[in-house]
Amino acid sequence: MIAVAHPTTTWYLLLSALLFAIGVVGVLVRRNPLVLFMCIELMLNAVNLSFVAFAKRMGDIGGESTVFFVMVVAAAEVVVGLGIVVAILRRKPNATTDDLSELKG
Amino acid sequence: MGALLAADTLHGPKVDWFALTPLIILLGGAMVLLLVAALTPAWPKRAYALFTVAVGSAAAVMSFILWDRINHQGAKTLVGDAMWLDKPGVWIAITVCIGVVMAALLTDDYLRREGIDGPELYVLYLLAALGAIVMASANDLIVLFLGLEILSLALYVMAASHRKRADSQESGLKYFILGGFSSAFLLYGIALIYGSSGSTNLGKIESYFRLNPILDHSKETLALAGVALLIVGLAFKVAAVPFHFWSPDVYEGAPTPVTAFMASVGKAAAFAAMLRVLLQGLPHWAQDYRPAIWTIAVLTLVGGSVMAVVQTNVKRMLAFSSISHAGYLLVGVEAAAHNAGNGLSSTGVSSVLMYLLVYTVLVGGTFAVVTAVGRTGDGATDLAGFRGLGRSKPALALGMTVLLLAQAGVPLTSGFVAKFGVIGDAVRVHSYAIAIIAMVSAVIAAFLYLRIMISMWIAEPEAGDDAREAVRVPALLCVAITLSVGFTLAIGFFPDWLIHAAP
Repeated sequence: MIAVAHPTTTWYLLLSALLFAIGVVGVLVRRNPLVLFMCIELMLNAVNLSFVAFAKRMGDIGGESTVFFVMVVAAAEVVVGLGIVVAILRRKPNATTDDLSELKG
Repeated sequence: MGALLAADTLHGPKVDWFALTPLIILLGGAMVLLLVAALTPAWPKRAYALFTVAVGSAAAVMSFILWDRINHQGAKTLVGDAMWLDKPGVWIAITVCIGVVMAALLTDDYLRREGIDGPELYVLYLLAALGAIVMASANDLIVLFLGLEILSLALYVMAASHRKRADSQESGLKYFILGGFSSAFLLYGIALIYGSSGSTNLGKIESYFRLNPILDHSKETLALAGVALLIVGLAFKVAAVPFHFWSPDVYEGAPTPVTAFMASVGKAAAFAAMLRVLLQGLPHWAQDYRPAIWTIAVLTLVGGSVMAVVQTNVKRMLAFSSISHAGYLLVGVEAAAHNAGNGLSSTGVSSVLMYLLVYTVLVGGTFAVVTAVGRTGDGATDLAGFRGLGRSKPALALGMTVLLLAQAGVPLTSGFVAKFGVIGDAVRVHSYAIAIIAMVSAVIAAFLYLRIMISMWIAEPEAGDDAREAVRVPALLCVAITLSVGFTLAIGFFPDWLIHAAP
C-alpha cells in the first residue's frame, strides 16, 4: 500500500513562493519583452495562489474575491503592456531589451 | 414567492456620495473629455487643457469643502470601511489636483509644438489623479492596490505617449516592466499580511496585531516577510535607492510634462500610501521596519545627491534630485515610525505632507522651464541646451534660478520650509544621525542645482548657439511658471499658515 500524503496549506504556499521566484528570476535574466511580460504575469498568479490557499485555510471569502480583482488588474496590464510592446516592435522588429539602450541605464 | 422576494430588500454598504465628489468629478471629467472629444472635430486651441484645468480645480474646491466638513464632523471611513475621509487624505487630494492643473498647463503648448495635439493625455491625467486619490485615502490594502494600478497603468501609457520619439516608447516599456515587477512584490506583501492577520483592512490588521501581540512562529515569519515585501514595493514606487534605477531613464525618455506629473503626483500618492500602510496598518511592527526605513532613507539621500553630480542631462539631473527629495521624505517617515502607535497624528506626518505639497508645485514649475528649453522634438534637455538662457530669456532664467534654489533648500524659499520641517521632526524624535546626514547631502545636492545655474548665467557662448531654435514661452507655460515661482516665494517668506494648516 502506498502512503498517500495529503497536501497541506504549506505545500500551496511553497509552490506559490516557487512560482513567484521563477517569475522574479525570469524578469531579471530574460531579454525578450514578451517573455518579461509573461514572467510578471506568473508573479501575479503566484500571489493569487497564495491568496486562495490562505482564504481556504481561514474559511474567509475575502482572499478568494481578491483574486478576481488581481485578475482584472493583470488583464488591464496586458492591454497596456502589449500596446507599448507592439508600438516598439513596429519600429524595430525583433527588438530585445538590449537593443533598447538609447537611454543609458 | 414573488412577494417574498419583493419584501427581501438587500442592504449594501451605505455610501456617502458627497464625500466622494472629488473622485466623481475627476472620473466624470475624464469620461466627458474622452467621449465628447471623440465625437466632435478637433477642439479650438487650448480648449482641452483649459477643460482639464477646470476639472482639476473643481475637484480641488470640493476637497476644500470636505476639509471644512472634517473640521466640523471629524474623520470617518467611507464605503464599508474601504476608504478614509480624513485630513491627510484630503490634503493629498488637493496636492494631486494641483499636480493635474500644473501638468495640464504644461501639456497644451508642448503637444502643439510636437504636432501631436489631442485629448488623450489629459484624460490620462484625470484618471491617474483618480487612482492617486484612491491610493492615498485607502483603508484597505486591496483598494490601495487598485488605486496604485489605476495610477500606474495611466503613467505607463503617458510615458510612452510621444509616438515620434523612440526614447519615449523605450521609457514607457522600462517603466511598465519595472512597475509591474514592483506591483507584484507589493501584492505578495499584501497576500502575506492577509495570511497572517486574516484581513486586508488596515484597521482590522492593526487591531489583530495589537490584540495578539504574541504570534506563533509561522505567523510572525509571514507577517515580517509581508512587511518587507510591502516596503520593497512602495520603495520602488517612490524611487528610493536601491530601487531607483528605473527613474532616471523614465524621467529622461518621457515627454517633459508627463515627467512633471509622475514626479509630483506619483510621489505624493506613493508616500501617502506608505504612511497609511506603515502607521495605520502596521504600527505593531514599527520596531522591525524602522531600521529598514532608516537604511533606505540614508542610501537615498546620499545616493541621489552623489549620483546626480556626474549627469549632463538636466532631466536626468532632476530625476536624481527627485530621488534625493524622496530621501528627505523618508527622513520624515522614519521620524513618524518612532511613535507609530499614534497613526497619522504622529510627529513627522504633517511635515511629510507639507513637503509633498511644496514639492508638487516646485517640480511643476521646474519642468515647465525644461519643457520650454527642450525646444521642438523635446531633445535639447542637456546642460548645453540651457547655455546662454540668462542672456536670451533673463526672466525665464531668473524663474528657474528661484525654483532651483528652492529645490536646494535655500532659506526664504518653500524648499527650505519643507526640508526644515522633516529634519526638525527627525531631531524632535532624537534621530540625530539621520538629521546630520540629511543636512550634509543637501550641501552635496546643491552642487547639481548650481551646475544648471552656471550653465544658464555664466557659461561662455559657443559657436552655433545662435543657430539654435529660439526658446519660446507660450502663455499657459508662463502662467504655470509664474504661479510656481510665486507660491515658492510666498511660502518662503510666510510659511506659518501652511505649517498650521498641515494636518
